Amino acid sequence: MTTTVPTAAALALGDDALVLSHRLGEWAGHAPVLEEEVALANIALDLLGQARVLLSTVGDEDELAYLREERAFRNLQLVEQPNGDFAHTIVRQLYFSTYQHLLYAELAAGDGPFAPLAAKAVKEVAYHRDHAEQWTLRLGDGTDASHERMLRACTALWRFTGEMFQPVDGLDVDRTRMDTAWLESVETVLRRATLLLPEGPRSGAWSAGAGRQGVHTEPFGRMLAEMQHLHRSHPGASW
Amino acid sequence: MATAAAHKAYGTEEEHAGTAAYERAFDAAVAADERIEPRDWMPDAYRATLVRQMAQHAHSEIIGMQPEANWITRAPSLRRKAILMAKVQDEAGHGLYLYSAAETLGTSREELLDKLHSGRQKYSSIFNYPTLTWADVGAIGWLVDGAAITNQVPLCRCSYGPYARAMVRICKEESFHQRQGYELLLALSRGTPEQHAMAQDAVDRWWWPSLMMFGPPDDESAHSAQSMTWKIKRHSNDDLRQRFVDICVPQAESLGLSLPDPDLKWNEERGHHDFGPIDWTEFKEVLKGNGPCNEQRLTQRRRAHEEGAWVREAAVAHAAKHSDDTKAEQA
Repeated sequence: MTTTVPTAAALALGDDALVLSHRLGEWAGHAPVLEEEVALANIALDLLGQARVLLSTVGDEDELAYLREERAFRNLQLVEQPNGDFAHTIVRQLYFSTYQHLLYAELAAGDGPFAPLAAKAVKEVAYHRDHAEQWTLRLGDGTDASHERMLRACTALWRFTGEMFQPVDGLDVDRTRMDTAWLESVETVLRRATLLLPEGPRSGAWSAGAGRQGVHTEPFGRMLAEMQHLHRSHPGASW
Repeated sequence: MATAAAHKAYGTEEEHAGTAAYERAFDAAVAADERIEPRDWMPDAYRATLVRQMAQHAHSEIIGMQPEANWITRAPSLRRKAILMAKVQDEAGHGLYLYSAAETLGTSREELLDKLHSGRQKYSSIFNYPTLTWADVGAIGWLVDGAAITNQVPLCRCSYGPYARAMVRICKEESFHQRQGYELLLALSRGTPEQHAMAQDAVDRWWWPSLMMFGPPDDESAHSAQSMTWKIKRHSNDDLRQRFVDICVPQAESLGLSLPDPDLKWNEERGHHDFGPIDWTEFKEVLKGNGPCNEQRLTQRRRAHEEGAWVREAAVAHAAKHSDDTKAEQA
């Protein structure tokens, strides 16, 4: 590949995929049905694959994943949120995969430096989005208990949805249009699932674009400590 | 469908004579290496043995995800992390195949999981050992998957068709996992002194439990003779164990790692490696539930199932509400 990929944008997209992949990996052995063991691991693997391609375009994937401090990560705060219950994981997945699908579809259609990667990834992400939407319908319009859990998850994660549409250096997309499309799509799915679009701000001033600036939430440091511990314990070793 | 059991319990004399004819036909089919299929008549004990063995095999895939998943979040490189995630995903898939294969014998996944959770059915005792370092992931791949393959390749010719076909697919993926485990250990063995020591320590801890995977010695194996007659099993426990030791010795040499057995040496006369005695007391304790992780593994499995109950209930409720939509879509 001869086109140079803008570093800030590659780190933002790569870190999103890396961190969400890690969170999904935590589900292994804990999923509610065997089919979801397979599905969640499958999505985690797709995301890890995307992360590796993106990080490798701007440096050594392992150095970037394992040797950066928390303040140097550029992922959205949304993707670093702990798994919580299955509803929480599904809503995080719905919010993120809807965004990622819109983003990659636009990047794939253009001729920018991310077009080749996006063309491949958009197919995977379409599957992730479908998976999240189907579960949103099942859980939202399932039992009273599942409906209640979905309401809670939708509201809890809502505050992290605004930062997806903050500007990122080197990512040339129509953010306003994408935001509108995102809102429409999520609202449609939630309505079909008998759920409502949460009220309240989608990002307070305290968090607008914060993940992209390296300002994260408390659970993230702990996640990195676990992820990086072994690699950091053996400086310079190869695996 | 009237089962053979019903014939035996309530049948007339003619029906008993019929059963005897079925038995002769079944024995002849097995002797001729024909495959028994789900709709074929089979002896109750054959059915029960297969259900027990396939269920235990499926449970082992599911519980076996835990010791490896224990390292997913700590894998030391992204490449290794991807390999490990893919492997754990494969194991869930193997569990699914095997539960489906077992269901052809008239049981259900729910029933089998219930038996696992209540301790009425077992899983492989090997998964009651802990993964304490990253090298354990490699040792599991090389030794545990290696032992599993040695056990399972003959099952590809098992007399029960659905099981044999599941094993063909599973063995392909397992041998891939085994090579990956070997390659992981090789990287550690050739790495820093600390990495080499980590690899050696893992092999030291996993070697004997791997040999126990072949089950008790032949003279103490309760089901062996019948399973061999029925061609569910093709080789004795001790034969398979010997085969495994003979395969591992040269592999350990190329890994640059030693096997923790002072009695291990080539026996020219037998054309096999002699090896030291296995601690069958430990084996029996682990089997009885007193291994290092028995409690932990079963508790995690039960918790995943219980905490997932509301998800499964929601899926069922949603499907019931929308069964008409689906029909309309299909129409």
